[in-house]
Amino acid sequence: MKRRSFIKKATLTSITVLVGTDIVFGEMMPSGYTPLALQDPDPFKMFSKDKEMIVLNDRPWNMEAQAHLLDEKITSNKYMFIRNNGKVPENIDVKNWTITFDGESVKQSKTYTLQELKSKFKQYTYQLTIECGGNGRAEFDPPAKGNQWTVGAVACANWTGVRLKDVLQDVGIKGDAVYIGYHAADGHLSGDAKKEPISRGVPMAKALQEETLLAFQMNNEDIPLVHGYPVRLVSGGWPASTSGKWINRISVRNKVHDGEKMTGSSYKMPCEPVAPGDKVKDEDMCIIESMPVKSLITYPKSGAMIDRGKKLDIRGHAWAGELEVTKMEYSIDYGSTWHMAKIEAPSNRLAWQHFSASISFPKKGYYEVWARATDSQGMSQPMLIPGWNPKGYLNNACHRIAVKVK
Amino acid sequence: MNEQEKFRKTVKEVHRILMIVLVFVGVITSLMVYIVVDPGLSLFKSKEKSDYAVVEEVVDEDLIVDGIHVRTGLIEAEGLMEVVNNCTNCHSAKLVTQNRMNKERWEATIDWMQATQNLWDLGRNEEIIINYLVTNYPPVKVGRRATLTGIEWYELKK
Repeated sequence: MKRRSFIKKATLTSITVLVGTDIVFGEMMPSGYTPLALQDPDPFKMFSKDKEMIVLNDRPWNMEAQAHLLDEKITSNKYMFIRNNGKVPENIDVKNWTITFDGESVKQSKTYTLQELKSKFKQYTYQLTIECGGNGRAEFDPPAKGNQWTVGAVACANWTGVRLKDVLQDVGIKGDAVYIGYHAADGHLSGDAKKEPISRGVPMAKALQEETLLAFQMNNEDIPLVHGYPVRLVSGGWPASTSGKWINRISVRNKVHDGEKMTGSSYKMPCEPVAPGDKVKDEDMCIIESMPVKSLITYPKSGAMIDRGKKLDIRGHAWAGELEVTKMEYSIDYGSTWHMAKIEAPSNRLAWQHFSASISFPKKGYYEVWARATDSQGMSQPMLIPGWNPKGYLNNACHRIAVKVK
Repeated sequence: MNEQEKFRKTVKEVHRILMIVLVFVGVITSLMVYIVVDPGLSLFKSKEKSDYAVVEEVVDEDLIVDGIHVRTGLIEAEGLMEVVNNCTNCHSAKLVTQNRMNKERWEATIDWMQATQNLWDLGRNEEIIINYLVTNYPPVKVGRRATLTGIEWYELKK
C-alpha cells in the first residue's frame, strides 16, 4: 500500500497539529493548496492599503475604495482597488524576468528581458483610468454573480513604460493580426499549474494606441506587487481586466484571443438588450470594449451636514472610456433641474477629468446631490441602473451623496 | 576465566555495534520524518524578505457567534459545514456571502465551477449545499435604484 497515501496523511496530520483541529476532507484538498489558517495575512499591511478600503474577497484578493477615498487627482496606491482572479505570484525574479512575443501573427517569436525592454524602447508616462468592468455590480436586480463592487473599483494613476506598439513593431507582426492576448505569472486558485486564472487582451487597434503601455512604474515607483510588479499591460478606458498584471508572454493572434475569461460570458454584454433576469446564450454575448461615461463625487463624503445659508463645494472625477467628458452637471432635486459643474480637460487622453461646483440649497432638509457626466458623443449617465446583464457589468448610473441642511 | 573474558568482550562489541546502528537508524528516521513534514526544508533556508506579513490569529475553527460562523462569516444553518468544506477550499467564503442567487443560478454556478474551475463532484452534498444557499442567500429585490442607506452623518467644517 499506499506509501504515498501514508505520507499524505502524515503531512495532513502535521498540518492538523499546527492548525489545532481536524481538517475535514483534507484528503480531497487540491495539492498545492495551503489552508487559510497558515496564510492569513493583514491585507492592509500586506498591500499598503488604507484601512478604509473595503475587502470584498480574500481568496482571491479583491478590495475596493469608497468614493471619498478617491478624492486625489492622481490615485495613490493606498486607495487603488485590487481585482485579482488568481493568486498573487511570489518570489519574483526581476533579473531573469522575460516577456515572450508569440502567436500565429508574429513574424517570428521573440523574447525580451525587462532590461532590454527598458533600454531599447523610449519610455512614456500617461495618467490612465482603469475601471473594473463589474464596478457597480452590487446594484443590479436580480443580483449578478461575482464580487459585489459598489463604486470604488476605479483608479487613475500615472503609469510609466514602453509603448506596446513600439515593441510589436520590433517583433514584427503579420498583416493578419487581429488581437493580442496576454499571459501572466499569477496562479490558478485551484492550484492547477496548467490553468491560467485570466488571459485577456485587446484588438490590434487598441494594442497599437500610443497610450497602451507595458508599464514598469506606477506613480514614479516600481509597480506594487499586487498591481502587477514587475510589468503590467495598461490599456486605459477599457475594462481593467484587459490591463493584465505580471505579464510574461503576449500572443499576437490571427483571431479574437480565446484565453481564460475571453470566452463564455466573462466581460461580455448581451449583444442585444435583454429583460432583467433573462438567460443569454454565450454566442449572444459580445465582448466589452470601451467603458461607458461615468463620474464620482469624491468630496464631500456622503452624510455631510451644513448650516442653512452656507454653500456646499463639491468635487470629483468624470471619465468616458475612449472618449472625453464634455459636460458635467449636478442636481439636488432628483433630476428635476440640472446645473452645470466646471469640468477640466484631461491631463492626457484616457485620464479622468476633475469637476467642481458650489451649491446653494433653498431651504433646510434632506438632500441628495446627484452628478451626471456627458461624453463627446452626447451619451449621459442614466439616473437609474442601466440595462441588466447576466454578469452585472457596466453600471454607470449617476453617483449621489446625502446632505443635510440645518 | 579467559573464555569468560572473551565472551564478555564479544558481548560488549555486539552491544556497541547495536548502539551505533540504533543511533544511525534514529537519525535517519528523524531526517526522513522531517522531510515528510517539511519537504521544502524551509528551516534551513535563510528567511528572505517577504511582501507577506503573517498575522497571528487564534480562532476556534467552529466558533459561532450571533448565528455566524466566525471563521468564514457564513450563516449558521443546516448545511453550513458542507458549504465550508466544499466551497471554501479554492475561494473565500466572502465570494459566497456577498452573492444572492436562486436555486437555478446557484446550480449553474456549481456546474460552471465543475466544468472550468476543478471543483469536484459534490455527490449527495450538492443538494444540501444548494438548499443552504437558497435558504440563506436568496435574491433580494432592490428595484431600479435603492434608497441610500447606512449614511454616517457628520458636521462638515469649512
